[in-house]
Amino acid sequence: MENIKVIVGLGSCGIAAGANKVFEKIKALKEADNLKFELKKTSCIGMCYREPLVEIVDDNGSYLYGDINEKKAAELIEKHILENEPIKSYVVQTDLFETPDKDFIEDQVKITLRNCGYIDPEKIEEYEVRGGYRAIRKIAGQRISRLDVIQTVINSGLRGRGGGGFPTGLKWKFANNNKADEKYIICNADEGDPGAFMDRSVLEGDPHAVLEGMIIGAYAIEATGGVIYCRAEYPLAIKRLNIAIEQARENGYLGKNILGIDGFNFDIYIKEGAGAFVCGEETALIASVEGERGMPRKRPPFPAESGLWQKPTNINNVETLANIPWILLHGSEEYAKYGTEKSKGTKVFALAGKIKRSGLVEVPMGMSIRDVIFKLGGGIQNDKKFKAVQMGGPSGGCIPAYLADTIIDYDSVNATGAIMGSGGMVVMDETTCMIDVAKFFLDFTQKESCGKCTFCRTGTKRMLEILTRITEGKGEESDIEKLEELSYQIKDSSLCGLGQTAPNPVLTTIKYFREEYEAHIRDKKCPAKVCKQLLTYEVDPEKCTGCTVCAKNCPTDAIDGAKKEVHFIRQDDCIKCGTCYTKCKFDAIKIY
Amino acid sequence: MRIARISGEKITKEQEQVDVNLLDSLIEKYKDKKGNLIPLLQGTQDIFGYIPREAFEKISSEAGIELSDMYGVVTFYAQFRLNPVGKHIIKVCHGTACHVQNANAITDALKELLKINDGETTEDGMFTLESVACLGCCSLAPVMMIDNDTHGKLTGGQAVKIIKNIKIKESN
Repeated sequence: MENIKVIVGLGSCGIAAGANKVFEKIKALKEADNLKFELKKTSCIGMCYREPLVEIVDDNGSYLYGDINEKKAAELIEKHILENEPIKSYVVQTDLFETPDKDFIEDQVKITLRNCGYIDPEKIEEYEVRGGYRAIRKIAGQRISRLDVIQTVINSGLRGRGGGGFPTGLKWKFANNNKADEKYIICNADEGDPGAFMDRSVLEGDPHAVLEGMIIGAYAIEATGGVIYCRAEYPLAIKRLNIAIEQARENGYLGKNILGIDGFNFDIYIKEGAGAFVCGEETALIASVEGERGMPRKRPPFPAESGLWQKPTNINNVETLANIPWILLHGSEEYAKYGTEKSKGTKVFALAGKIKRSGLVEVPMGMSIRDVIFKLGGGIQNDKKFKAVQMGGPSGGCIPAYLADTIIDYDSVNATGAIMGSGGMVVMDETTCMIDVAKFFLDFTQKESCGKCTFCRTGTKRMLEILTRITEGKGEESDIEKLEELSYQIKDSSLCGLGQTAPNPVLTTIKYFREEYEAHIRDKKCPAKVCKQLLTYEVDPEKCTGCTVCAKNCPTDAIDGAKKEVHFIRQDDCIKCGTCYTKCKFDAIKIY
Repeated sequence: MRIARISGEKITKEQEQVDVNLLDSLIEKYKDKKGNLIPLLQGTQDIFGYIPREAFEKISSEAGIELSDMYGVVTFYAQFRLNPVGKHIIKVCHGTACHVQNANAITDALKELLKINDGETTEDGMFTLESVACLGCCSLAPVMMIDNDTHGKLTGGQAVKIIKNIKIKESN
């Protein structure tokens, strides 16, 4: 039994699904019977839809068990460990036999997520065993020059994974060109896109990969200081980063004359973000690190010339940095083998929304959206009709079902009007109202606008008002044109990416779902039955049992009917709150 | 604009006395560092749960930061609060994934249960209800976080049950 390893996935998703309880249960059972197997922790492996996950590795191989609760955990100990009989029906992934979740794993190529779910993120040795810190050791050992490191990154074709898609190597080159006594490298871990969580998973699951990426970057551009700007909503990520930084210092990867490279002095500290989406913008992020209001400023000068404390500064996203050690270790050709002509490598996507298998996937660039959603993601929940996928968060757009064969690379996604963004993919089905989605994003950007540029500050508010009006059945014929006009004005007259892209969700939904806007405006109907003001509630006489629950709960007493008789909703008094619909146990309230 | 986020909640009950001496070590630590304003405010909020007026004044005079600069920063970032919060903070996620999975139903159910609006605190000072942009647990949508525990795949009814359980625990 000493050879058996039991590994519990303790990422944020896993913990939310109850992984801590499972871990404690297994620990208690192990201690109670003095069992000799090894109990370990790891982080997110990406199969969020199967959390909590427990992996058992024995002499035959690895068995990943999904949907484990305390009871099932006890069964696993009993059967698999004590009786050496794996419980096949709980297995979601193994190389030993086929599982229903095979499609989720098969086509993935894990570079960024190479260690997530395989190592204990709080132990530097486990990162080192899997090739960690070997890239920086190689650079130090072979005395690879700064320019060669930069050239390798340029050759790999790696583009910024935060959304912009600017070639990372070029960015480093600019920062390297600017000479100064102090220079900074900043890791942007302020993952603000609602619907995206890949950076969180990387930080929680493999913090050392990000640190090593920063150390290599610091070497390449001769940075003297490093900052990780991490959002405060990710307490677990911050905790693990702090542990990792401490370990990196103890092991000589941070500090003075790192790994014997003369004059290479570099250290990293964490700056907790305070909750502002606009701080994803480079100049706003710098202002925030300096302790100011996070408002963007005009460029040039670009941060590469004058950034943090007016010193040359290079900013990379978490996912970008996590790729760096792999590229340096395996070479640029190996990385560039994956992907399309202009978008190399792999990209991590956070699948969420109305999709069967939600979670994190890493796929080579060039895979079609259809394959990601239907093959890896398993299709739409409850087998409803696929309507659209939202990519790029508030700066992105909705790609309709008929464009599902679009391949995933920066240029193809941009051509649809959406953007690659940081990699959130929120899947929508026929029950999602596209105007409601557009309104949701506008509400977000409108609140998050820093207020500096008039069009962004006031224009988004006016757009939100128009959208709200449409969803309330007060839309006017000219509203679509007004929205379009405002959109172009906001795009043209905003200083930073937030304003320049804020209208994208509206523009793409108008482009692809114009008939839905028209249904709201002309027919005062919401085809997806989401916009409450546009719905009509009626009692189905066939199904109504006269239980009176709806009438009792109706806040405006708009429902008539005696006990055991069919009820009736007086439309004039109905405020369309939907209470009757949720309270009815007999499915007798119909929505039109 | 971000300033609209600050709830216009009126404080009816007598505010507790704030012991500003608790700030001494924090101010000592950050006093002479550049870019210290946000960490100072974050530290203050960790101590009091919000940023009391007295803390503003003390930090301003001891760390030499203008009150107007402090107020500007506090009102810019969503994290900072100017009013005391309840013992338990309920954060209902309204990210994209949670939105399409009907996070509104959770907020509505909790508003009804607690008889407060978004951003307000219950009269007994037990709960504060907040909407947040994204907790990053999108695959478990819809999600809410109470203190540091995340609860996923919720319905309005389940959310209500979780709060009721906390209430029962608190009354024992």
